[in-house]
Amino acid sequence: MAIDRNTVRHVARLARLALTEEEEERTAAQLGHVLEYIERLKAVDIEGIEPLSFAGDASEAETVMRDDEVRPGLPRDKVLGEAPEQDGSAFVVPRILE
Amino acid sequence: MSVHDWEPVIGLEVHAQLLTRSKIFCSCSTAFGAPPNTQVCPVCLGLPGALPALNRGVVDMAIKAGKAFGCRIAERSVWARKNYFYPDLPKGYQISQYELPICKGGAVPVPQPDGSVRKVALTRIHLEEDAGKNVHGERGSQVDLNRSGVPLIEIVGEPELRSAEEASEYLKALRLALIYLGINDGNLEEGSFRCDANVSVRRKGSEKFGTRVELKNINSFRFVRQAIDHEIERQVAACERGEKVVQETRLFDNEKGETRPMRTKEEANDYRYFPEPDLPPLVVSPEWVGKVQVPKLPHERMAELVAAGVPAADARTLTADPKLVELHARIVEAAGHDAGRRSANVVTGEVARLVNEGALDLSAPKFQPAQIAEVFRLQDKGTLSSTAAKDVLAEVLRTGKAPAQIVQEEGLAQVSDESALEAVVDGVIARSPAEVEKYKAGKKNLLGFFVGQAMKDLKGKGNPGVLNALFKKRLD
Amino acid sequence: MNPSLLPLGELSRALERGEARPSAVLEECLSRTARLDGKVHAFLRLTEDQARAAAKAADERRARKAPLSPIDGVPVGLKDLFCQAGVETTAGSRILKGYHPPYDATVVRKLREAGAVLVGKLNMDEFAMGSSTENSAYGPTRNPWDLERTPGGSSGGSAAAVAARFVPGTLGTDTGGSIRQPAALVGCVGIKPTYGRVSRYGVVAFASSLDQVGPFAQDVRGVALLLRAIAGRDPNDQTSSLRPVPDYDAELEKPVRGLTIGVPKEYFGEGLDPAVEKSIRAGVAALEREGCTVRPISLPNSPHAIATYYLVATAEASSNLARYDGIRYGYRAQARGSLLELYEKTRAAGFGAEVKRRILLGTYALSAGYYDAYYLRAQKVRALIRRDFDQAFAAGVDAVVSPTSPWAAFRLGEKVDDPLAMYLNDIYTVPVNLAGLPGISVPSGFTQAGLPIGMQLVGRPFEEGTLLRLARAAERALALPHRLPPLLERA
Repeated sequence: MAIDRNTVRHVARLARLALTEEEEERTAAQLGHVLEYIERLKAVDIEGIEPLSFAGDASEAETVMRDDEVRPGLPRDKVLGEAPEQDGSAFVVPRILE
Repeated sequence: MSVHDWEPVIGLEVHAQLLTRSKIFCSCSTAFGAPPNTQVCPVCLGLPGALPALNRGVVDMAIKAGKAFGCRIAERSVWARKNYFYPDLPKGYQISQYELPICKGGAVPVPQPDGSVRKVALTRIHLEEDAGKNVHGERGSQVDLNRSGVPLIEIVGEPELRSAEEASEYLKALRLALIYLGINDGNLEEGSFRCDANVSVRRKGSEKFGTRVELKNINSFRFVRQAIDHEIERQVAACERGEKVVQETRLFDNEKGETRPMRTKEEANDYRYFPEPDLPPLVVSPEWVGKVQVPKLPHERMAELVAAGVPAADARTLTADPKLVELHARIVEAAGHDAGRRSANVVTGEVARLVNEGALDLSAPKFQPAQIAEVFRLQDKGTLSSTAAKDVLAEVLRTGKAPAQIVQEEGLAQVSDESALEAVVDGVIARSPAEVEKYKAGKKNLLGFFVGQAMKDLKGKGNPGVLNALFKKRLD
Repeated sequence: MNPSLLPLGELSRALERGEARPSAVLEECLSRTARLDGKVHAFLRLTEDQARAAAKAADERRARKAPLSPIDGVPVGLKDLFCQAGVETTAGSRILKGYHPPYDATVVRKLREAGAVLVGKLNMDEFAMGSSTENSAYGPTRNPWDLERTPGGSSGGSAAAVAARFVPGTLGTDTGGSIRQPAALVGCVGIKPTYGRVSRYGVVAFASSLDQVGPFAQDVRGVALLLRAIAGRDPNDQTSSLRPVPDYDAELEKPVRGLTIGVPKEYFGEGLDPAVEKSIRAGVAALEREGCTVRPISLPNSPHAIATYYLVATAEASSNLARYDGIRYGYRAQARGSLLELYEKTRAAGFGAEVKRRILLGTYALSAGYYDAYYLRAQKVRALIRRDFDQAFAAGVDAVVSPTSPWAAFRLGEKVDDPLAMYLNDIYTVPVNLAGLPGISVPSGFTQAGLPIGMQLVGRPFEEGTLLRLARAAERALALPHRLPPLLERA
């Protein structure tokens, strides 16, 4: 299945990936190739089949949950210490316009 | 043509923060107002490798809301990821519920001025996590993730509302109901109760809905009315000019009192929802649903109060404030079930007055409801006159001192003891021979004069009933 | 024999008998690594100081005959996607270069509590996406049996480190074969447990519904001991199972007589290297000699597994990798302009080509208008793949046997430019992840060129014990001659 560059550009924007023109072209070709392979799924009879979206242990009838208890989180210097830009109390990003 | 030829159609989506201690998927505190980024952990920061662990308390509260509004509670609901990029969304997706929410259907009861109750239908209630907060500065924006992962229910109403007034009524009723259920604090300013409105207009009599516009950022009841009214006017004007209403999201600017389109996103929103693979489906057994206790809603409390003899006006005042209605209930509990009217009188009178004046804070009262019941008893026993009872009550509410102590300290007790009153009675009779003569001659209404004289001598503390009886005994 | 060259299961016995001392074993491992890892490039970094301190504490416990577990004092390496507090963890990506997580993954904590000596972090394909370790941002790992060839992937560093005897045991993760395929390509044992058997908390995610953590070792007993240490319910991972963890070691020497092995015809078709097929057939015959019943079966939907996998895994990955945005941790590109520019440049420069390719494919598969045709359809085919296995098990099959990989180790660069050819490496392993089942790869022999071959056994959910027992029987019955990679023999 062919995939055009506009579609690649749209998907890249959704995924927040900047692509060069050359990358766009290559991606269109490679994704097209993979999607072509994936087309074979269309031939599978899936009538009446429930999707398997949870892969876990189906024998566990009720979800085992956490009690509503507070535990201390991480110290702030550790939280912010890994950030590329921060001001001692918060993460800093370029000004957001709404 | 005019505004009157058009019918507004309004549906509201309310995000209500649930009053759990910890967040929905981690053990961080949900307390409001902590310094930025001090209530965070690997899970709510979206650190690599962290996984959500669902808080049982959150599900309890969603069940409570579902039961209270008569929703169908799903035995199996599914978490979904809503994918989009924003600095306050650390994982790049919000864990929410999409195709299979925990509650479907149901209705919010909205009490009407005429005493009836209107049911506004719900589409669904689903659970989700809140995002953090971006603070926009001149040079950059700061990201605080304390709120990231705070539990929310989104309550989606059917488009059954036809005016800003109805929308506002619905919101007030919903907010109060959630407070009664103990699952939300109803605080619009802190953002724990937030509302988006879907507004469209259609020609009166038309069945077809018009193009709807989503209004965001409405954070007070006043703004709800303003925002919706403004939007209705804007849409009607557009329609009358023959223009099409554009489907879009608009922000309410509360300084200008108008809505404006949100800065157009780079691409149409495509949230790419899919089932959250990090969480098993949410399985809620009928036994669990059965165990969740649902407190009474405002309109139910109202009906009970009226049935217990509380005047409708008082009942309305009481139920409008969950703290008042709760105080009333506890006073009645201590004073006996026939004290309903009397308690309502005190709570809607003296108590409400002090609260309004800011002299009384019912979230941290100094007094006990039983103390108010005690004042009633002292009055019934004759220890307090009705005037003195009012004074003692005021003192109790202000200080929380024991009524008996106040009575003693202020010397407010009524003198009812016959032996103590006999001397006074004798004195009045001795110094009023003319009046005694007339009384004995048949002028029985002079009894009031004698009692009055005695009260004067007693500085108002004599028990008028006892004095009455003593004079009669002497003179008849 | 030098204890540091012993397979983990035997080293455990030597430690127990006092014939080996943890610190001495560690020093041997570290010096071998220092000598040879320049050629292999299995480790991204070593945590020598912490390891020495841990080994010293283990020395003392072993001397007192009070070990914390059978792996107390055993050096263990970690794929570089297990968060270890304060130790750089990159998942093989430039976007996490310099990232020091503030917390331990549950399996890391469990290993520590069992007394394991954590030696360092191992190379991998970026975000576990790949089958050759060539997608690491830090350069490829090489196969100790032939340095021109790949050790497989994505847990290539974990496999190579065990094969080169740098450490007796390692942990990896397996999303579509990333433990079993490299184990086969370097000639060691690797197990992917049932989905939910081991906690994923603190493990950098690739595809949440497919990822599982599992161990590598030279011998079956080694992986049994490591699995016992890391398995079990974790309240921090609600997809982890509540089932109790059996004593796998106690299962190993039980007879396999009476067990039924299913041989699926779809796993012996076109594209399978004849040398590999021959070796697997020999392995099956060995199990038959041990008393297993061998029966042909069919898993008709397995041929759809690769297509299914590349939709499900990429869709989940596109979402899981959204958190790498240059705001809270990791790499951020220079972008003085808008937030959008910051996101797009950071992710463009931070991720490698294969990761970007998969993010784009997954985003596409989930996007409006395509969800039903791609993602939803794939999840339904997935259910069919699982159903095939369920039916085989219901019909009395105890384990399904197949090659682990269609071919032995291939040359570096051979498939790197053809994503689809690379994806086909995982043709026999991927169905197992889609079905959530346990699978193990155990050495079955060598090609004429002296490259290892691995045999895959797939069991019922939570029947790791049965799989380990069968793998042990194969190990015993095949009695492969003890060979060291040429790299070590030269050394």
